Amino acid sequence: MKLDHDIPGTSIFDGEQAQKGYALNRMCFSFNSAENRAAFLRDEDGYCAKYRLTPQQREAVRQRSVLKLIEAGGNVYYLAKLAGIFGLNVQDIGAQQTGMSVAAFKAKLAAAGR
Amino acid sequence: MARIVGGIATTHVPSIGNAIAKGWQNDPYWKPFFDGFPPAHQWLARVKPDVVVVAYNDHGLNFFLDKMPTFAVGAAAEYKNADEGWGLPVSQPYPGDAALSWHLVESLVADEFDVTVCQEMLVDHAFTIPLSLLWPGADNRPVRTVPVVVNTVQHPLPSIARCLKFGRAIGRAIESYDRDLKVLVVGTGGLSHQLDGTRAGFINKEFDQLCLDKIANDPDALTRYSIPELVELAGSQGVELLNWVVMRGALTGRVTKLHSNYHIPISNTASAMLMLENAAVAVRQAA
Repeated sequence: MKLDHDIPGTSIFDGEQAQKGYALNRMCFSFNSAENRAAFLRDEDGYCAKYRLTPQQREAVRQRSVLKLIEAGGNVYYLAKLAGIFGLNVQDIGAQQTGMSVAAFKAKLAAAGR
Repeated sequence: MARIVGGIATTHVPSIGNAIAKGWQNDPYWKPFFDGFPPAHQWLARVKPDVVVVAYNDHGLNFFLDKMPTFAVGAAAEYKNADEGWGLPVSQPYPGDAALSWHLVESLVADEFDVTVCQEMLVDHAFTIPLSLLWPGADNRPVRTVPVVVNTVQHPLPSIARCLKFGRAIGRAIESYDRDLKVLVVGTGGLSHQLDGTRAGFINKEFDQLCLDKIANDPDALTRYSIPELVELAGSQGVELLNWVVMRGALTGRVTKLHSNYHIPISNTASAMLMLENAAVAVRQAA
């Protein structure tokens, strides 16, 4: 049931991505616990090492780059838990991924209703 | 016998939980969304369902990617909410109906839907927010619940046709239950939205309007869309429409649309609610 074309700006979280991103998503899943979020903030390197992030994933976390995290296999529902640690909501990460200001991203959303 | 009184679908955006906790229902940003619900409150107060079956997707609270069922059914006496990592207030637990859950499981498996059965299950915002919208009040638990989880997270996802059949099997299961219960079916999530990638912020009003119409009047028409096509038309997370399809499938009688609401945006999402009555209710009430 694949499309005969890619969907621009969209990556499908399929088996390939799920395998690639497993360590990263597993770390993000641990952030359901406040204790683990605090542990990450105390020692980011140690925490990432404990979850055996790949070098690509570690670098994407370091850069706080959502697009690079997705490229490294991150699933956005799990990445949202990581973003939450930095106080970023889905409009913030939407703005970051589209290279817009948060205000411009929100205006774009509102414009979709008109 | 148990009867299905109707179905309600609603958006489950996490920030709605925050808005409820802070009492922002009349804030100009939120009002057009919350205004969709008073008709549901009035209808529910009149119909008084005993149990609600909630079709939704888990966002990494109960299920991780280590084990990802396509369809799962809760079979517990109680369902707890928990910290999801992004600062939402944690809800009070919800009462279950384990006897009905096990009846559903028996019936679904006999009907060739081999569901995962969960005697322990944390319910996330996609379950708690719709219930808070329908029955406001932090401790308000007037209905028992049966959670039904659909995988909309890790592809391959079940097709629209499969979800419609699954919903119909749930409908048959409920209607074959020999206790005198009024059951509401809820589907949560959607409509169009995309959180990830350079297409983040994608919203498709035209497709949403078509879905609102087809879910009410002709759900089979939606089975022409493949999952990749659904991603393209509704956005990566707009695939939560599958939960609406399951809800609609369960309404096996003649269906009447009672109310709908559609507003862009709530957070990154085209928000919507749709309330449908299952005709069997009206027939029985008339008698």
